[in-house]
Amino acid sequence: MRTTGFACLLMLVPLFTVRAADQPLSFADTDLQSRFETLLSELRCLVCQNQTLADSHAELAQDLRHEVFRLLSEGASDEDIHAFMVARYGDFVLYNPPVKKTTAALWVGPGAFLLCALILVYRRVSRSQQHQATSERPATSEAESDAS
Amino acid sequence: MVRWIVTLGLFAGLLLLLAVGLQRDPREVPSPLIGKALPAFNLEFLQSAGTSTETTGFDEPYLLNVWASWCVACRDEHPVLLELAREGVPVIGLNYKDSRSNGLHWLKKRGDPYRYTLFDPDGVFGLDLGVYGVPETFVVGANGVILHKHVGPLTHQEYAARIEPLLRKPAP
Repeated sequence: MRTTGFACLLMLVPLFTVRAADQPLSFADTDLQSRFETLLSELRCLVCQNQTLADSHAELAQDLRHEVFRLLSEGASDEDIHAFMVARYGDFVLYNPPVKKTTAALWVGPGAFLLCALILVYRRVSRSQQHQATSERPATSEAESDAS
Repeated sequence: MVRWIVTLGLFAGLLLLLAVGLQRDPREVPSPLIGKALPAFNLEFLQSAGTSTETTGFDEPYLLNVWASWCVACRDEHPVLLELAREGVPVIGLNYKDSRSNGLHWLKKRGDPYRYTLFDPDGVFGLDLGVYGVPETFVVGANGVILHKHVGPLTHQEYAARIEPLLRKPAP
């Protein structure tokens, strides 16, 4: 009985957390609204670094959501808003960072690793094929002699 | 044999890369403001009347420390700042997203290491400074250019290693 009561109390907890979350911002204009949503999903919250501004409940994320909202309602372009964020927080704020000298390893690295792996696999496969080709004849002759 | 050495070498390289990666603090995001002028602001003072639009009165590099009464890590940092202030290091405070009464109470209770404190209740200047984790400390050259940014509570080690050399160096 007691545990049921406690469980009921626990079930109330989400209600309070929802109340604590800030007011969602939205544009009446669907075009602006979709740009707003896209921008929020492209920008990183620097407090909880693996969440976007759209996902995060951190206070900084709230502030930045308001800032993006304000800039959009003032008629800023998507590039303006990216530039605004990068000027303050650096490229790290973008989930899709630009190709530069400092981000070269990020962009080229995975491809380079894949290329290395492919070369290694190719070499190994061709070598084992060669090996097979040279060792095939005596093996078959042996098998033949066994059969006869 | 050669193959073994190469494999071992690659493995050691990978380990080294991961070890270095793990040592680094992911919260330390390089600030794009370094080497740039301190952003413009128009803020009230926390303690006295009037507003300020520039950090005047410094012919030497100074520290700009972003703090708040709700910030727990600022509590750990505070004694370090008090000691630096005693040594004569110029420190300006930026009271960030705080209430005036809480901010004043904090300084009264824990001591005031700041030459003066700017009051930024809405985090407007904080946004322009790219503040994301209080406390943060900026080293600003006498010419108003940001030389260094430290995120998180300042320690004596950090100060001696990264900040003191900048303060001693005359402005270019």
